Amino acid sequence: MIKQERMQVVKQQQIAHHIFELTVQGALANEMAEPGQFVHIRVADSFEPLLRRPISVASIDLEASQFTMIYRAEGRGTGLLAEKKLGDTIDVLGPLGHGFPIEAAEKKAYLIGGGIGVPPLYELAKQLNARGIQTVHILGFESKQAVFYEEKFRELGETHIATVDGSHGTQGFVTHILNELPTDFDTYYSCGPTPMLEAVQWAYPQKKGFLSYEQRMGCGIGACFACVCRTTKSETDYIKVCSDGPVFPAGVVIS
Amino acid sequence: MSDLTVKLPGLNLKNPIMPASGCFGFGKEYAQLYDLSQLGAIMIKATTVETRFGNPTPRVAETASGMLNAIGLQNPGLEKVTEQELPWLEQYDVPIIANVAGTTTEDYVEVAKMISQSPNVHALEINISCPNVKQGGITFGTDPDVARELTRAVKEVSAVPVYIKLSPNVTNIVSIAKAVEEGGADGITMINTLLGMRMDTKTGRPIIANITGGLSGPAIKPVALRMVYEVSQHTKLPIIGMGGVTNVDDVIDFLSAGASAVAVGTANFVNPFVCPEIIGQLPERLHELGFDSVEQLVGRSHRL
Repeated sequence: MIKQERMQVVKQQQIAHHIFELTVQGALANEMAEPGQFVHIRVADSFEPLLRRPISVASIDLEASQFTMIYRAEGRGTGLLAEKKLGDTIDVLGPLGHGFPIEAAEKKAYLIGGGIGVPPLYELAKQLNARGIQTVHILGFESKQAVFYEEKFRELGETHIATVDGSHGTQGFVTHILNELPTDFDTYYSCGPTPMLEAVQWAYPQKKGFLSYEQRMGCGIGACFACVCRTTKSETDYIKVCSDGPVFPAGVVIS
Repeated sequence: MSDLTVKLPGLNLKNPIMPASGCFGFGKEYAQLYDLSQLGAIMIKATTVETRFGNPTPRVAETASGMLNAIGLQNPGLEKVTEQELPWLEQYDVPIIANVAGTTTEDYVEVAKMISQSPNVHALEINISCPNVKQGGITFGTDPDVARELTRAVKEVSAVPVYIKLSPNVTNIVSIAKAVEEGGADGITMINTLLGMRMDTKTGRPIIANITGGLSGPAIKPVALRMVYEVSQHTKLPIIGMGGVTNVDDVIDFLSAGASAVAVGTANFVNPFVCPEIIGQLPERLHELGFDSVEQLVGRSHRL
């Protein structure tokens, strides 16, 4: 069920260039059901900035009623979020949207992420591993400075890193790594920039895949029609990234 | 206990607060969060004859204390709204104000005729002020003669009272208000969004795919208040005021300026519980200000 709650900051730290890890605690955390869902955060009690910020959830700890978000502090809103300190409270609305279906994977899954699309794959990897699914992680970043959670992913399975400038791992995009890897997996999950999602979709037309999309949002709950995309289902039909997604089966969204 | 009820043509409101059209869909999303029967009314999303996909994305951009949107009247079309959305809303004890949009007079007439017959639709809001569609919409709302004739045409077919939603994107809003009054309107809703734009400073391109969008949020409240104040002095029509309402004092301000009820738009995105919160705070705030009823406040600025 969607809740709005002032959640308490229990951890806030910078983990890479402009990348922050923020853990909050509160009853809302117990509503988290699927990896890939997101929350909508009001970063200030004033009306400047006005709109909430959609932030993805990187890991969930139901026992402690906590969840962790990883975000890039680049604009005014996320900049203010990065200033939140231990003990501060944050207005959180969530959980929102539909996440990755973990039951879809059978034996082995590829998790393919780019930049700030990497965080939700971490909770996904944890939950898939808990079900006995082998996960292979292919993660792309701008440069070595921007890489985060590499070791955490390695603890859960085979992990490959690509950086655009080649300062760490393979030089190039995640697709460069995918070209070298076997195709002995049954399901793939991907989150990142839309061109990356497109490329992944093209790479595995015969495989079962789930893609998490990004779109500018207004309300975050499906009322404002800001984040709609066309769908392959019909010419007049549409989907809302915030409430129908952000995760869709491959082949559904026309981007 | 302060009296929150408001009587307007077609509308016996238990309180003067309603979500504004376009900011509340058809109610389903907010019904997950609270009981919609608490609301004074609901202004549902604009309905056109045919299904509309709307504009390309990005459709929203944030601005200083406001936001721009260019959704482009996306909606499932008249048939689906009357057969699916409105019957679903019947489970709530709340009057519906159906927002009607079109690109020709015939479109408006067709939607108004059909949708006004739905049992829970108590009034129409005629959208002659959407800045985000190339044809129709705002062109009906910027020329007094066209606005008058459209009002007449819709009044002729509507089974319920007709409110005309005015655009702030005009030189003289009073002349449009007077024109729709002459056309037989039962009330006015105001204001729609202000036409604006925002650039991506790095690339020089407008952020909104439609290039321009409608500005809403706290940034436009002074403009909306001024217009409600002006229009209420020159027409007998009741006004449902809106534009940047975020809290109970904003509601007090709009009532003081001459509005009889108040719609809340963009603030629903910032705080999805804003409408019930304001409704809950209104009795105490009225009491603090020395008023026994909402109706006592309407237009008080003109009496000072």
